[in-house]
Amino acid sequence: MMSGLGRGASGVGAGGSGGRPGSDDGRPVLLRGGRVIDPASGVDRVADVLLVDGRVEAVDTGIAGPDDSEVIDCGGLVVAPGLVDVHVHLREPGGEHKETIASGSAAAVAGGFTTVCAMPNTDPPIDDPAAVGFVAAEGLRAGLARVHPVGAISVSMAGERLTEVGEMVDAGAVGITDDGRPVSDAGLMRLALEYARTFDIPVAAHCEVLSLSRGGSMNEGVVSTRLGVMGIPNVAEDAMIARDLLLAQHTGARLHIQHVSTCDGVHMIRMAKEAGVRVTAEATPHHLILTDEAVDGYRTDAKMNPPLRSERDREGVRGGLADGTLDTLATDHAPHHYDEKEQAFEDAPFGIVGLETALGLMLTELVAKGEIDLRTLIERMSAGPARAFGLDAGTLRRGAPGDVTIIDPALEWTVEPKRFRSRSRNTPFGGWKLTGRAVRTIVGARTVWSLES
Amino acid sequence: MTAPRFGLGKDLIGLETLSGDQIRGILDTAEPFKEISERAIKKVPVLRGKTIVNLFFEASTRTRVSFEFAEKRLSADTVNIASTGSSVSKGETLVDTARNLEAMRIDMVVIRHGSSGAARFLAERIPSNVVNAGDGRHEHPTQGLLDMLTIRDRLGKLDGVRVCIVGDVLHSRVARSNIWGLTRMGAEVAVCGPRTLLPNGIEELGVRVFPRIEEAIEWADVLNVLRLQLERMQAGYVPSLREYNRVFGVSSERLERAPRDILILHPGPMNRGVEIDSDVADGPHSVILNQVTNGVAVRMAVLFLLAGGEPERAEAAKGGE
Repeated sequence: MMSGLGRGASGVGAGGSGGRPGSDDGRPVLLRGGRVIDPASGVDRVADVLLVDGRVEAVDTGIAGPDDSEVIDCGGLVVAPGLVDVHVHLREPGGEHKETIASGSAAAVAGGFTTVCAMPNTDPPIDDPAAVGFVAAEGLRAGLARVHPVGAISVSMAGERLTEVGEMVDAGAVGITDDGRPVSDAGLMRLALEYARTFDIPVAAHCEVLSLSRGGSMNEGVVSTRLGVMGIPNVAEDAMIARDLLLAQHTGARLHIQHVSTCDGVHMIRMAKEAGVRVTAEATPHHLILTDEAVDGYRTDAKMNPPLRSERDREGVRGGLADGTLDTLATDHAPHHYDEKEQAFEDAPFGIVGLETALGLMLTELVAKGEIDLRTLIERMSAGPARAFGLDAGTLRRGAPGDVTIIDPALEWTVEPKRFRSRSRNTPFGGWKLTGRAVRTIVGARTVWSLES
Repeated sequence: MTAPRFGLGKDLIGLETLSGDQIRGILDTAEPFKEISERAIKKVPVLRGKTIVNLFFEASTRTRVSFEFAEKRLSADTVNIASTGSSVSKGETLVDTARNLEAMRIDMVVIRHGSSGAARFLAERIPSNVVNAGDGRHEHPTQGLLDMLTIRDRLGKLDGVRVCIVGDVLHSRVARSNIWGLTRMGAEVAVCGPRTLLPNGIEELGVRVFPRIEEAIEWADVLNVLRLQLERMQAGYVPSLREYNRVFGVSSERLERAPRDILILHPGPMNRGVEIDSDVADGPHSVILNQVTNGVAVRMAVLFLLAGGEPERAEAAKGGE
């Protein structure tokens, strides 16, 4: 089928707009006069960006560009590498009432993301090369963001035996994970890390000791005590982070820790990195912005796993993102139908959507408030995640894919869930007034979304 | 005498959000209603023409019957809906039930549900008054109120009274309603039990913790002894019922060493020989059956007040005005 294509090649295949049905005429694109921020190449200055044949041709001042170029005025705007989200749930196959690969891709590009990694906990799970091929093909068919499948670690995500990882990689999988169903068996996790090392792909870990979190619906603390909701203690996450870091050290494999929510988790990852462990890690917008107080009133749109934690944890995660211990922002975009969230708190499923709010939230709540600078944010949303998953993305270097996110850092807007491109509206940020957002998203030198359209 | 206008709001979801005046108002309103249950003809026309649905998603005898008596003695028309273990998920049932109730224009709903927050969920979706008859591990406000009424009856006050809640606080909605209500009324509150059954951060609710029952007995004026559910042992929270009784059980031997008489409450149903010994349950300091009697009066008061009654009118209302 697609065997023989390495990950890089598959990435190009997914991105090369030339082969994409319904793509534009392939005219060169000249992005004129924006503030170009490309952390991977150290660029941060007002410049022009020229995209030719789906790739970055040049970043410089005063580029003339070929006569047939489409010229886009970027004065007053930020021109960034296309944003990358390595943690999204597109729900297809099996959960099409929540999201499809097409609707999720539309949500991605509306939020400024040009590349997303689709988690395998669908129904059935993405645990064989045919399923991986399906996700990749549907991503291409949608023709919006680049959709990279992530395969399951274990067959049926049952936590018992390894999937055919090599074949999944050849079919386009960029990593493996049993996200949502942590690998409880330490021996299996060790094998997964060792086997994945063969293919130099990361093993992405949802760190949770189930016997410590079982029955819990929110962070264990004074708020859960007050609400009478069973809690998920920090140690349920921390104990598994510790285990997986030690396994990564032992195996020499690449470990990617998903959605870190605890202060001590960040601390352990920092120590592991200092010790040379090959680990990367994520922070989500919600763990960076909210605490478990947001659950008060039994708000199911503030229910996710790992749960919103304490103020101390939020500060720890912020510190981790700022100093690079957490390499990447990731949304953990987890759409659910409103019927499923419209339940008593403990009966509602975990997860919130994030693709269409992440950038605006980060600009408003972290950058504008001086927690991190714009350049760092863009690094954590482009080069950082691309590096974690070995993706050909996240930079505007000459020859890189022509994926660009154009950001208006001053645009004021209000989060209106009913206007989401996603099929789901489960966000705790509805009604928030934000400043800054993506206004145009370009994939393979083709505008796939703009605010005016 | 002109009392300040008494507002309980649309619903009674929990005691956490009630003021001392509101709680006092409910307890004071319950006093005159007690007498109705002592009459030969136990009925007053206070809620005549009102329709009340008792919506019980969890098995309950005592609370449901108590509410039903309260409603009938106030002349309301009542319907009982028991829905346990339906094939539809609980939440879907709840949303649809709410819409159906709304469509039938009922006046009040009394809800018991296994999920914390379920009563509030319903209250936010229907215009009828909603009374929480117990939601998950969150609150059971009428139980908290009847406990307070019973203590006040015997000790003449709540302010400064030392109440220790003994047992499975982690899973107990009764414990939470007691903690909020009693602390709001100026009582000192403690909890006692194995650490596996005390929630993380319980001290932050303003209660002290006694690891051992002997210390609690040394300190307390009142013990409110919680039921130890058998499934807690199965889930490993306590190693055995035998050990629980030996270490935490309220026995007459232990009570005899108390520096003062201790009032014994239990929300029922009791596991005799586990959390409480029979001679204590049936002994002179037990007010367990008074709690049951007071339960009807407190629930009458709550229904009366939610229907728009005012505390100072309760005496007149029971005469049929």
